Amino acid sequence: MKPLTPVAPATRIALGVAFFIVFVAAWAAATFGGFVSKTFLADPLTMLASGWTLLTKQGFGWDIGMTVWRVFGGFAIAAVLALPLGVAMGTYKPVEAFFEPFVSFARYLPASAFIPLLILWAGIGEAQKLALIFIGSFFQLVLMIAVTVGSTRRDLVEAAYTLGSSNASLVRRVLIPGAAPEIAETLRMVLGWAWTYVIVAELIGASSGIGHMITDSQALLATDQIVFGIIVIGVIGLISDVAFKALNRALFPWALRGR
Amino acid sequence: MSRPFLSVRGVSRSFAPARGAAPTLALQAIDLDVAENDFVTILGPSGCGKSTLLRIVAGLDRQTAGAIELEGRAIAGPGADRGMVFQSYTLFPWLTVRDNVCFGLRERGLPRARQLEAADAFLDKVGLRGFEQHFPNELSGGMQQRTAIARALANGPRMLLMDEPFGALDHQTRELMQELLLGIWEGEKKTVLFVTHDIDEAVFMGSRVVVMSARPGRIKLDRPVPFAHPRHYSIKTAAPFTALKAELMEQVRAEVRAAQAAAAGLVR
Repeated sequence: MKPLTPVAPATRIALGVAFFIVFVAAWAAATFGGFVSKTFLADPLTMLASGWTLLTKQGFGWDIGMTVWRVFGGFAIAAVLALPLGVAMGTYKPVEAFFEPFVSFARYLPASAFIPLLILWAGIGEAQKLALIFIGSFFQLVLMIAVTVGSTRRDLVEAAYTLGSSNASLVRRVLIPGAAPEIAETLRMVLGWAWTYVIVAELIGASSGIGHMITDSQALLATDQIVFGIIVIGVIGLISDVAFKALNRALFPWALRGR
Repeated sequence: MSRPFLSVRGVSRSFAPARGAAPTLALQAIDLDVAENDFVTILGPSGCGKSTLLRIVAGLDRQTAGAIELEGRAIAGPGADRGMVFQSYTLFPWLTVRDNVCFGLRERGLPRARQLEAADAFLDKVGLRGFEQHFPNELSGGMQQRTAIARALANGPRMLLMDEPFGALDHQTRELMQELLLGIWEGEKKTVLFVTHDIDEAVFMGSRVVVMSARPGRIKLDRPVPFAHPRHYSIKTAAPFTALKAELMEQVRAEVRAAQAAAAGLVR
């Protein structure tokens, strides 16, 4: 194979799908072939059947809805607060000097370690789940947005000044629009991380959600349901990622070519 | 004598040193007067500080000594009265060609209809009619620089500062751009300060060529270019043109050698 040579789009899709098939085939071989005990891992067909039962008989749709709302709710709060702070830090160096060390410290705090505290402060209701997603995404977002805004091309800034821009309009008309596509990419990436936090939040002290279903299934040794829950998360994550990508492409057509 | 349009008096620029070293002197006591509607080209070896001088006039850099006045007012920072075209492509990638040209006009709060009128008129002048809705990354380098020229001119600056604007273009495109810009200047009569290291370009475009010395940059030679306007590209092969070019080449070569010798001295 020649390094770095692109493949045709059809080939790329075929290859991508092929690995899913290989993966499921290996799983089927391991379970149907009797290499793995049913107690530890359900086979693909049982998984699908119990998934269907979960959705139609046990109201799993409600759990999925709860999880999705928690992810998007917590993420939206984090994004709304992180945007102005990140832009301010990227633009004004004293603001950055003030916040950056703390934010850098805070972003390495493991979000899941806050669960006991959050339960203490916010109970086991929705506020605790939203707060966990918030902690997990806010600090990451702030830092990445600040870096993006701060790395605006200096020659564009200078060009704007020679065209008569004031400091305020430089922020509004150069720094923010120039950074927007990369900020959107940051949001897309961190939303992916938010999905990993929500399940942790639901594993402990929850009465609904995909994570809650998974803990319940653990007690029943229902590995088919656990696997189904995991796959549902993966599928929703993939869908939201593809949708986000499409949205970014539609919003910032100028940033596409040459990337 | 009446007050010059742009006056540069004893301007020096030194850069803060790396730890322990002496400060680097980039410009030393530059005196330069530019008359209104003059086209002055600044020629010099790379690293001689010619771009620094231009950036100081633009207000993007500060002199460490001396004074610069445009129409009697000291330059305190960048402003719309001095339009600039950079060597790098500085169109805003998120704006269409038309909105790039409108940028400064919008900044001044001109009504949208007047912005578009001005933008389209200048896009017409640089031959980009039909490309108004394109984004910069859909344009060739030459077209991007033509847009940048239209953007600077549409803003109605008192003078135009150009920092090797055609330096990144291929030779053929560069020659066409020179003719285009000269044609516009012959029609618009703007004051232009044009930095280049291309002797051909300096002589063809300028009514005056200023040669700068190797670092620290000083003005070594200031020669009027006697060729009448409008200039046709064929003068580049005429005897008086080549004679002037040969003379300037000697001067620039001497400076390049001096710069190399100085660099070798530093290494030793």
